[in-house]
Amino acid sequence: MSHETLSILLFLAFVAATLAITVWASRNTKDATDYYAGGRSFSGVQNGLAIGGDYMSAASFLGIAGLIALYGYDGFLYSIGFLVAWLVALLLVAELLRNSGRFTMADVLAFRMSPRPVRTAAGVSTIVVSIFYLLAQMVGAGALVALLFGFTSDFAKGATIALVGILMIVYVVFGGMKGTTWVQIVKAVLLMTGATLVTLLVLGEFGFNVFSLMQDAADQSGKGEAFLEPGLRYGTEEQGLSGKLDLVSLGLALVLGTAGLPHILIRFYTVPTSRDARKSVLWGIGIIGAFYLITLVLGFGAAALVGTEEIRSANAAGNTAAPQLAQRVGELVFGDVGGTVLLAVIAAVAFATILAVVAGLTLASSSSYAHDLYAHVFKRGKATERDEVRVARISAFVIGAVAIVLGIFAQRLNVAFLVALAFAVAASGNLPAILYSLFWRRFNTAGAVSAIYGGLGAALFLVFFSPVVSGSEKALFTGADFDWFPLENPGLVSIPIGFFCGWLGTILSKEHNAEKYAEIEVRSMTGAGAEQASQH
Amino acid sequence: MSDEKRATGTVYERFQASDDFQELKRRFRRFAFPMTAAFLVWYLLYVVLSGWARDFMGVKLFSSANIALIFGLLQFVSTFAIAWLYARHAERKLDPLADKVRGGVEAEAAAAHRDDLGKAEDAR
Repeated sequence: MSHETLSILLFLAFVAATLAITVWASRNTKDATDYYAGGRSFSGVQNGLAIGGDYMSAASFLGIAGLIALYGYDGFLYSIGFLVAWLVALLLVAELLRNSGRFTMADVLAFRMSPRPVRTAAGVSTIVVSIFYLLAQMVGAGALVALLFGFTSDFAKGATIALVGILMIVYVVFGGMKGTTWVQIVKAVLLMTGATLVTLLVLGEFGFNVFSLMQDAADQSGKGEAFLEPGLRYGTEEQGLSGKLDLVSLGLALVLGTAGLPHILIRFYTVPTSRDARKSVLWGIGIIGAFYLITLVLGFGAAALVGTEEIRSANAAGNTAAPQLAQRVGELVFGDVGGTVLLAVIAAVAFATILAVVAGLTLASSSSYAHDLYAHVFKRGKATERDEVRVARISAFVIGAVAIVLGIFAQRLNVAFLVALAFAVAASGNLPAILYSLFWRRFNTAGAVSAIYGGLGAALFLVFFSPVVSGSEKALFTGADFDWFPLENPGLVSIPIGFFCGWLGTILSKEHNAEKYAEIEVRSMTGAGAEQASQH
Repeated sequence: MSDEKRATGTVYERFQASDDFQELKRRFRRFAFPMTAAFLVWYLLYVVLSGWARDFMGVKLFSSANIALIFGLLQFVSTFAIAWLYARHAERKLDPLADKVRGGVEAEAAAAHRDDLGKAEDAR
């Protein structure tokens, strides 16, 4: 049996299992709390796994392993920002958000401000961030199938994008948060198991000596010691100052963006208490940290055992490094059959990874549309719960359909920058609004609206005039040239703009509600009056 | 209720002003704010050195391990350590006090609810 057939069989098994979960979840989804927040009935450990499943995208798994395999140390450097970011979520956001919100990021802002303007702003920002992220993942799915199965035609890629989109719509529309969470838990377990297995086999080849693995990787790469040092990918000496500033900008956006990503924030609502939210972030940090350490071994292992040249010839960005390594190490340890099996397993895991992440993104954006925009802005809070959930399901369908169409349309474009852009928008607009709202007494509606639109607008504006949109070989529009902003990542400029706009908007407006601030402060810190778990 | 409200504010305002809550807030902020500043500076130092001090980062310490690798791994260690310290701080210093204040707020809300079913419906 070829690895393609086996991969497809394994993937079908995953799809069958997750569809069964979805059927179960849909029978147990009765009200809005079930649909948006899984009845708040997940344990800290379960939600910790789901956080890992939501966060570790195919871009992390395949992308970072590939970066390390091709550029050595800089791929590792990139992964660290994704981990450190979780401390912002743990220390400043997770528990307080769980105590003061219900279903969406906007709940916390709307608590003590004029609800319609802040929900509109937060809803727009949520949908923009989630769609960017979603689009990058969808296009990635199309590229992945080409790499793993050799289907290079646009039709095959388009069909894959459509299949991923349809499955994601089914999970979210029928399973809601319960179904989505379980898909993420299953994926996290599969990903960690598969990646750990390959890692152990790789380490075994080097007598469990990481340093000799790294030395071999450096020798194989042809770059020598430079392979183990920063500077081959980010802020290379040829790029000069702007390249190095770009590295800092990317680091800032990663560290500050995570705690502002809507699909991450809504995970904190799925547990019964703020203490479970804390526990889930602790578990999440453990899993994500372990995962990036594993990725380090996978990346260096691929460089050492597969070789940089062979990886680059399969895919210029190195995205096949992890599957190639799985095949090679399987062959080395178990022979040809072992290589085929291990490659098939890792390819199926990569697809499971994409599905779990896109489902989380679709849920976050459709929840925000239904709960923030439809129920509170259009219907002014007069929509019934039943109505709201119906609209959430319809919007999940529509967003999924739009993502399929855009994904197919964008498959020839270089949209990888959209993930970094989503982090930058989250760090520039959402995070200032959330932090000011939780910790600054004087903060008000004008401040919240200015922080979100200011941060969002600055990030989009700067990216539009950056080298990722025009003026370079790898740009979105290769023919045009209007890239006067030198950084690929806008964070270094747009994050301060977001915080500044939030401050300026606040002090320019006289509005200020001490009574409501007292309520959110006491509630967020103590859990008094927090939303309870469902009792069915 | 309305006279009392004019005199001393809402339930939440009264508990916000209480010594217990102020102590809880102080304990939380004294840990979370400096710690956030510390890990952000520590991370940015790592990124800046990776950009501008490459000779230093490339210095071999032992075997094939250079300062860059150890510095990167220390970011993992510090992240795990800060998470663990926060969990311990929260369990020992924050949770008991938070429970006490919440108990007070909820007892008062329940009493007010008995007094006046119509008005005392919780804020949301």
